Amino acid sequence: MPQKTARRAGRRATRRFTRRDIAVLGVLLGIPILLDIVIVWGPALASVGLSFTSWDGIGDIKWVGGDNYENLVQDYPAFWPAVRHNLLWIAFLGLVATPFGLFLAVLIDRGIRFSRFYQSVLYMPVVLSLAVVGFMAQLLLGTDQGVVNTILNDPNDPVDWLGDSDINLWMMMLAASWRHTGYVMILYLAGLKSVDPALKEAAAIDGANERQTFFRVTLPTLRPVNVIVGVITVIEALRAFDIVYAVNKGRNGLELLSVLITDNIIGEASRIGFGSAIAVVLLSVSLGFIVTFLVQELRGAREK
Amino acid sequence: MAQSVLNAFNGPGAPYGGSGHPMSRRNLLRGAAVGAGAVTLPALLTACGDGPGGNKNEVTVGSNSSDAVPKKAFAAAFDAYEKESGKTVKVNTTEHNEFQQNITRYLQGSPDNVFMWFAGYRMQYFAEKGLLVEISDVWKDFKGFSPALKEQSTHDGKQYFVPYYYYPWAVFHRKSLFQKQGYEQAKNWDQFIALAKKMHKDGIPVAFCDKDGWPAMGTFDYINLRLNGYDFHKSLMAGEEAWTDRKVKKVFDLWRELMPYYQKGALGRTWEEAGQGLQQRKTGMAVFGMPHPGQQFPVNERDDIDFFAFPEIDPQFGQDAVEAPIDGFLIAKKSRNVEAAKDLLTWLGTAKAEDVYLKGDPNNIAVNGGADTRKYSPLQKKSADLVSKAKHISQFLDRDTRPDFAQTVMIKALQDFIDNPKDVDGLVNSIERQKKDIFSASVS
Repeated sequence: MPQKTARRAGRRATRRFTRRDIAVLGVLLGIPILLDIVIVWGPALASVGLSFTSWDGIGDIKWVGGDNYENLVQDYPAFWPAVRHNLLWIAFLGLVATPFGLFLAVLIDRGIRFSRFYQSVLYMPVVLSLAVVGFMAQLLLGTDQGVVNTILNDPNDPVDWLGDSDINLWMMMLAASWRHTGYVMILYLAGLKSVDPALKEAAAIDGANERQTFFRVTLPTLRPVNVIVGVITVIEALRAFDIVYAVNKGRNGLELLSVLITDNIIGEASRIGFGSAIAVVLLSVSLGFIVTFLVQELRGAREK
Repeated sequence: MAQSVLNAFNGPGAPYGGSGHPMSRRNLLRGAAVGAGAVTLPALLTACGDGPGGNKNEVTVGSNSSDAVPKKAFAAAFDAYEKESGKTVKVNTTEHNEFQQNITRYLQGSPDNVFMWFAGYRMQYFAEKGLLVEISDVWKDFKGFSPALKEQSTHDGKQYFVPYYYYPWAVFHRKSLFQKQGYEQAKNWDQFIALAKKMHKDGIPVAFCDKDGWPAMGTFDYINLRLNGYDFHKSLMAGEEAWTDRKVKKVFDLWRELMPYYQKGALGRTWEEAGQGLQQRKTGMAVFGMPHPGQQFPVNERDDIDFFAFPEIDPQFGQDAVEAPIDGFLIAKKSRNVEAAKDLLTWLGTAKAEDVYLKGDPNNIAVNGGADTRKYSPLQKKSADLVSKAKHISQFLDRDTRPDFAQTVMIKALQDFIDNPKDVDGLVNSIERQKKDIFSASVS
């Protein structure tokens, strides 16, 4: 019997697709796949190829094997700080900004007074580009003319918020989080609205307190939102670029992998092979994070 | 992966350069496109599209003078040429940071007939790569250029560059402040340190900034030029000397003596802010190029600006070298109208052409000995004097060495030194290793 249905289903499937259907499907799937290959995978693979060469954008491309990677790891002083900063950025967004966004979403979802107002205010920064956030950070934190230092009024020993390499990264992460929090909040707010109140009611009847209800009932039902937020957090952290570039071109404590790629490839420097090697490192880090994360989340969802 | 490239390397080649530039949406979008491309496939970026071809009576000029003052002054100069020759000049202006960023692609795409660029190594690099047209024939009839200028326009015995104006680097300060406080201009290093110390004690420290990445290069260049001489500096820049040499370490050691008397927070300060501090008498003096303080002082206070040559360190070299970046014009190999371009360059090499320009932009000085100096301001006269007495003219660190070395190694190295002046050994070792990687990777 099961065999029979399977066969019937199979037959029905083949019968359901006419030639025209196949043609349409082929075109509709084929074009995006082609675009994906040409625009995404082609260049990515080309970058991988270029990363084993030395090329200044003008003359011939010379094969140098793994030299670029060796120089990168051993001699390029900006490389390890950049890796560290990128990882720190992921950790900060993931452990501070994202949970804080969730916290705000829960608060607003409980219908506190003026919740609409808070919601708008907190969401507002999301419409700004990170470059603009960077400019605002400069207005606030500039050494001589910044708002914060004007208020602190200590001209003899001003805090160099953006120039001191020990603190400028934290300032940048705070500024980036300001925007990120609002984004996460809105996503979770939408998720919370769709949680069935009957679930919470049932939990309450079973004697769960509020904390238990949230962590055992609400959060698990938010799984689809969690996946999206997680991926967005990682992506936001790895593509961070405009904010530090707007502040000091990503130097002096604000090195990020994306900045190093730009510095080496764009501009007069034109160390295209070397820059591509950094790009490959960033690509591997991104893929590593995203793939593990998605695999885990999807596997978790299946087990449920 | 949309990213925006706002302002990147802002060399002294941008006399009016500013990291505080307003950015247009177009720039931002273009930057985003460039940024996205960089991460994926740089080769795709090679500029394409057709430039104006046929019209023999029109010459196009690629300009990086995007700031108001020089832009207007250039327009006046080209107008004068149009009147004289009956030809038309079409100027395509690009924001100067962007122009510098895209120069490699620009020269390989469809460049204008003539383009603006810098003298020295930064020009020679492209000549070496075969991207420039030799203009030795144009140079034959030039009058009024010193041998030092010719040298800066030459690569491998052939000329590629027509110098137009330059501006010297020196120690700038307010005349009135020096009078009021009883400061004396320093002649040698000891006097200089003593002066800095006194200023610091009086609560008006030495101005210092390096957020932009290039201003500190001026101080490095000068200490090296004064301590080790022009020849050593030149070969160090060309990658022929070791950065681990004791001579180089000594440069950083001397520089460190000055560090305590600088204003704090140099790495968070732009050159504009440093210039304004000087104007507001919050700081006493600064190593700057001539247009830098000039831009930040209101017009009626510009007469109060004065300077002295960077002090002597080793009497053997005295003050024989001056850092004076030269800007000028070149023809790209892909130029479609070389004849018209050469005609324009011939005219731009005359003293008259420079007079027209400097009338509109008094923050620079003429390169041509025949230029009219009667209308010079006292500051311009003093600058011209300083340069004409110099035995050697250096350009600037980012113009005297390979662009990739200046941009990806030296900016960070000097910022690291400012951040932590103690670890000179680690610093020079790191520079030397990277130098070897970069200079050995040369394709040509």
